[in-house]
Amino acid sequence: MDFQLAEEQRALKSGMRELLAARFDRDALRAAVDRPAVDRALWRALGEAGFFALRLSEKEGGVGLGLPEAALLFEEAGRALLPGPLVATHLAAREVPGAATGETVVTRVDGPLVAWLDQADLVQGDAVDATPIRSLDPLTPLHRTTGTRTDAPHEAVLLTAAEQLGSAARTTELAVQHARQRAQFGQAVGAFQAVKHLCADMLVRTEVARAAVYAAAVTGDPYEIAGAKLLADEAAVRCARDCLQVHGGMGFTWEADVHLHLKRAWVRSEQWQSAEQAAEALAAAL
Amino acid sequence: MDLTYTEEEEAFRAGLRTWLSRALPQLPPRPDPLDWPGRRAYDTTWQRMLYDAGYAGLHWPEEAGGRGATPTQHLIFLEETERAGAPYVGANFVGLLHAGPTIAAEGTPEQRARWLPPVLRGDEIWCQGFSEPDAGSDLAALRTRAVRDGDDYVVTGSKIWTSHAEVADWCELLVRTEPVSESVPKHRGITWLAMPMDAPGITVRPLRTLAGSTEFAEVFLDEVRVPAAHRVGAENDGWRVTMVTLSFERGTAFVGEVVACRRTLAELAAAAKANGRWDDATVRRQLGSLNAEFTALWRLTQWNVSAAGRGGGVPGVGGSVFKLRYSHARQELYDTAARVLGPDCLDLDRDWTLDRLSSLSYTIAAGTSQIQRNIVAERILGLPKGR
Repeated sequence: MDFQLAEEQRALKSGMRELLAARFDRDALRAAVDRPAVDRALWRALGEAGFFALRLSEKEGGVGLGLPEAALLFEEAGRALLPGPLVATHLAAREVPGAATGETVVTRVDGPLVAWLDQADLVQGDAVDATPIRSLDPLTPLHRTTGTRTDAPHEAVLLTAAEQLGSAARTTELAVQHARQRAQFGQAVGAFQAVKHLCADMLVRTEVARAAVYAAAVTGDPYEIAGAKLLADEAAVRCARDCLQVHGGMGFTWEADVHLHLKRAWVRSEQWQSAEQAAEALAAAL
Repeated sequence: MDLTYTEEEEAFRAGLRTWLSRALPQLPPRPDPLDWPGRRAYDTTWQRMLYDAGYAGLHWPEEAGGRGATPTQHLIFLEETERAGAPYVGANFVGLLHAGPTIAAEGTPEQRARWLPPVLRGDEIWCQGFSEPDAGSDLAALRTRAVRDGDDYVVTGSKIWTSHAEVADWCELLVRTEPVSESVPKHRGITWLAMPMDAPGITVRPLRTLAGSTEFAEVFLDEVRVPAAHRVGAENDGWRVTMVTLSFERGTAFVGEVVACRRTLAELAAAAKANGRWDDATVRRQLGSLNAEFTALWRLTQWNVSAAGRGGGVPGVGGSVFKLRYSHARQELYDTAARVLGPDCLDLDRDWTLDRLSSLSYTIAAGTSQIQRNIVAERILGLPKGR
């Protein structure tokens, strides 16, 4: 047992972080907020980097890696707030031509919701009576359907949890940066225990979620995946809220990125598996 | 990321399982949880059985008399002993988990030879003389004085919340050997001593915990002579030695309990199904999310142990992250137990009622949650120190 990232896994993760830093920086993020659309060039770049084909065998034109590696890439996507139906397209890589390379954007009906319907080339599931809603998250266009929540594929649940983990880690980082720089009463606010303790709790939540997400990715066990989703949802939502609090008045502005993390975390909490579903599944396992 | 076990590790697990299935029926009946002398006898009997079977000091280095087992084997040991319902370290806690590892890491060969084998055999019990009435979480503010007189230190002062003091043979004692001054900041001038609990001048006055037991005590020290040869580490270097001790305490001391909590959770679910509380969705989902919590804490343990394995064995500040979350999760577990029990949670003879009371100490002992948050914020996140 060596439950730490292997050298190649570290490299994979930092490679994705570099790609996103180069292709989806803060300016790109804010531009996407004003005009949410799937960036086709970026989508193909992700395809080239193996983001969608990662788990296909080399014979199928894929990379031949597994769920743990996919989780690491989705963690980076969550950290960067990368928009688009990433999970649905990743899951469709084997069956939908062009999904693996990022040529085809695929979305999927997820219970009563479907994300990115107007931008997708293909929708899986019944979306005939889908009606658009004014989405809480400016980076996730949503339609409402008459469908009800069913059991989602475990991989979808896990990869969404990995995105939540990335977001939680990022808001922790943003809060700490701000707490170090912002001075009040003649010192950095991070020296105040009340602020310091918020930041410490953010790290604890993130690291517990990390252990849960990584372990669930390794074992692929449905109950561990449910636990990972539950803890990662909680970490992403609560860390974003605490990050907003640490930023004070600035945190409540549209200009700060904090609200984008919080809104996306709320959306992901409703996607693939709700907290109630996860808790029931975990209770049933007892 | 690898969570599989090697053939060698699986063989170790199988051998341990076989031994446990034979050894556990030979244990005497469990003593009353409030009877500390009875618990000492029971816990040391178990330690002796482990020693005779070659399972004592599994994670200690071989030169310290341990088995030099890998961190993974240590985890398997904790997992299997808890799963089998074997006794926890109990009264052997300080010796096996703090004082022993500290002496193994910082002691001289003579000191290791004197103190480590009796700990492993269950012959001697240690207690921890760190906290004082005016130095709890602010440990460096301790005032118990030790003055060098020939080959001895002469120690005067008092300690408090000293677990197992009533039944201990030795005390890992922190003393001030240099008064605080302009040139001596409070973290310097502290020395780590091994004090025999039968030395003249020691008075132990048991304190009653809110759970009704006397597991800790006040210890008064009136000109107690401790040989200088009992000093571990250099004079005035006790703070650094203590940080080694505390990293063991926070890093590995609690890990076995996570498995026990998972077992308790399964028992709670069974009890809820039996008494109808399972039909309450709030209770049921609370049990479900505790399942996520303790599974994740077990994974975090594996993560920290793997990180320590790569980093040379001494647990890092990851222990503070674990301790913070675990101590609160344990309290939630027993609060949920109370919801499952309903009015029976007021009956001290019911399972879990005493455990609920005991769980209140977890966010205080070994550094309060507030102190742990400072450690996480300052040492991991790099936030500035407050005043």
